[in-house]
Amino acid sequence: MTATVTPARTPRPAGRDGFAQLLRAEWTKFRTVRGWVIGAVVAVLLTVGLGLFAGAGGSSSCASGNGPARSGAACAPSLTTGPGGGPVTDSFYFVRQPLAGNGSITVRMTSLTGELPDLTANPANQGLQIPMRAGLMSWAKAGLIIKDGTSEGSAYAAMMVTADHGVRMQADYTQDTPGLPGALSASDPRWLRLTRSGDTITGYDSADGTHWTQVGSTRLAGLPTTAQVGLFTASPIDAVITETFGGGNNGNEAPSQATAVFDHLGLAGSWTAGAWSGDYVGGGNYAPGIGSYHQAGGQFTVTGSGDIAPIPSGPSAPGGPSITITNLLIGTFAGLIALIVVATLFITAEYRRGLIRVTLAASPRRGRVLGAKAVVIGSASFVAGLVAAAAAVIVGKSIARRRQYVFPVSWATELRVVVGTAALIAVVAVLALAVGAMMRRSAAAVTTVIVAIVLPYILAVASILPAGAGDWLLRLTPAAGFAVQQAATAYPQVQALYTPNGGYYPLAPWAGLAVLAGFAALALAAAVLLLGRRDA
Amino acid sequence: MDETIEVSGLRKRFGPVLALDGMTFDVAPGQVTGFVGPNGAGKSTTMRVILGLDAPDEGSALIGGRRYRDLRCPLNHVGALLDAGALQPSRSARNHLLWLAHSQGLGSKRVDEVIGQAGLESAARRKAGGYSLGMRQRLGIAAAMLGDPPALMFDEPFNGMDPEGIVWMRGYLRSLAAQGRAVLVSSHLMSELQDAADHLVVVGRGQVIADTSVANLIAAASGDRVELRTTARTEAMTVLARAGATVAVTGPDAATVSGLPADRIVALLTRNAIPFSEVSAHRATLEEAYMELTRDAVEFRAAEADGAGEVVR
Repeated sequence: MTATVTPARTPRPAGRDGFAQLLRAEWTKFRTVRGWVIGAVVAVLLTVGLGLFAGAGGSSSCASGNGPARSGAACAPSLTTGPGGGPVTDSFYFVRQPLAGNGSITVRMTSLTGELPDLTANPANQGLQIPMRAGLMSWAKAGLIIKDGTSEGSAYAAMMVTADHGVRMQADYTQDTPGLPGALSASDPRWLRLTRSGDTITGYDSADGTHWTQVGSTRLAGLPTTAQVGLFTASPIDAVITETFGGGNNGNEAPSQATAVFDHLGLAGSWTAGAWSGDYVGGGNYAPGIGSYHQAGGQFTVTGSGDIAPIPSGPSAPGGPSITITNLLIGTFAGLIALIVVATLFITAEYRRGLIRVTLAASPRRGRVLGAKAVVIGSASFVAGLVAAAAAVIVGKSIARRRQYVFPVSWATELRVVVGTAALIAVVAVLALAVGAMMRRSAAAVTTVIVAIVLPYILAVASILPAGAGDWLLRLTPAAGFAVQQAATAYPQVQALYTPNGGYYPLAPWAGLAVLAGFAALALAAAVLLLGRRDA
Repeated sequence: MDETIEVSGLRKRFGPVLALDGMTFDVAPGQVTGFVGPNGAGKSTTMRVILGLDAPDEGSALIGGRRYRDLRCPLNHVGALLDAGALQPSRSARNHLLWLAHSQGLGSKRVDEVIGQAGLESAARRKAGGYSLGMRQRLGIAAAMLGDPPALMFDEPFNGMDPEGIVWMRGYLRSLAAQGRAVLVSSHLMSELQDAADHLVVVGRGQVIADTSVANLIAAASGDRVELRTTARTEAMTVLARAGATVAVTGPDAATVSGLPADRIVALLTRNAIPFSEVSAHRATLEEAYMELTRDAVEFRAAEADGAGEVVR
């Protein structure tokens, strides 16, 4: 023993009291509790695992796909794709002739009538002849079309009159521009014109054949010099699809047909009239080629069925099991539950043991403590979510393609869905932390957050509630954030079941996430306020 | 560098309970200040207020002239052990110290130093949930020492310690004070502070009852009594009583004399040829002094309540 009496205290450099060291402390806290790290890993495994299960076909076998049962549906249907790469329906009756070079075609349309199948008559027996009644599908359409050949899925531009949506110019399946509104009649006909100039097709409409208005213009890249030009009529399949409890669908469907009457058909420019011929384009399994045309004294009567339109994903998608990448992320809710528990415990465990006093004594500026915790749990959850979502989508797609049709999406959409899912998980974790800080009790806080987010999501997406109520839940509750996972595109020009169950959310992706982020920000602000006011 | 803890006029109400009622005292550097009082006297609340954990309704607590919440890296100014159980049980002791060090901008080197000082090297990587109370106390002390602070506060550090641990703790507290630190140690048992505290702040019902050095307190409690041991008890009593002393018999050959100083007693006995084996000034134990103090406080309060009829606070 030496008897030197020296102060044990050595001068210590004044610590930087920065936010960075607070972050480091909270990160050390997080990573040194094995249960929390395991919880985050479990969240990743749950998300990926359920996603792969959905990708492998879930519980549904090939025979009973997601959509309405259809005879002869392939297990993994190969659908016609349009110029944009997405699946399309391209079946209609076409009265056409090949025309070379630039030119213009004009026609007057005086009538659009049709027949609908009576689906209530015999819902169970689709093989039998279904009785028809007079009526028009809302999106029955007829008019002028310029098309790159007669193969299904080829490029086109068309001017048309629809049953309920006025004059439209449509092109390459997804483009849709409104023209003159209102219904058509013999006394109130519509004049339509399409003009080709190189690759560019311009559409015009007129009520009197004298005063013309340009509706739209589109470029059909690579349109050959000689294109197929003429009149068309199409009328979509009539379907009654109801969602059943738990997310299944029952459906019944049959083709409808429409008949349009045209006159004053005229060609201009380098186009000179030859003989018209009528035939059916496409057909496939589900619009077996209803169509005919009749020409008498300059009047053309064209009857057709089918549709020229994109195929939306979801329960009304044809041809057997099909999914979007949203379906591959179905496990997100389970992963969220695990991360909600971890994020809540990140603060409530400190209250339970009185550790919060040690934390707040070490960092008396309390708002910054909660801020550091939010950054740490948010970042950790974001990384976990990113890994989970990327794995679920990338691995899931390759598995799913063997058994199901996977709706293609752009890389930008895929990136948004994956990064958005990670952001969704991160924001929910911050919300859980904030609720935990306010309630200070693990079980109560975890329950609150699950009831606020996961429950409305499940109620809406599993069709436990009617679609309308489900939509409101996905607008107003924190579950709105799931909108960021939407990969499907809803097309106004295609009548389909656009429900949460089918992967359609009532809010735009980032708008939905913003609703969730708003809840999280409010909760965090309230938590900071309470933490500052309350005795620790 | 030396930092005094100054507590003045703290008042704090929890619902119907007035936990602090004008608590005022200082903790000076270089000595161990015992903070003594029965359970519920306001010791822990005062410490929480000093650490900025509880907000007082009135009054202030300053460390080196500053409020706790204005300190940057506060663990470099004050180290505290309030609750040895304040741990995440599944986190190892070393990792517990590590996050705390990181929050003050300190590194793992300092963590290993305090682990060594607290004698926890062999157990540092075990989960803190498996620690005995005594080990948790050591871990809490290690945490308090992380920032090598000039001021330290320990709430009931003797709890759960075996006699050997209590002896170690006393020595440790004294060594901290010897290094020039201000050390505040609370206890509800005065005997624990025997031979540890230099100064005492005795509290009851949220107020300071006595704020005194240990030496003064014991002297006051001892009075001017002298212990006498003699085989000729009756003769001695006669002689001393005649000289004006009051003699109380405490045993067959022992008595306590008051009213005469010890040297006068020795002179009287010697002059009268009365044999004695011991004459010594009575020295009260800290426990006796404390009991006397708190009894007075209770009586004072009772009288005050009777006289005023109503206590206005």
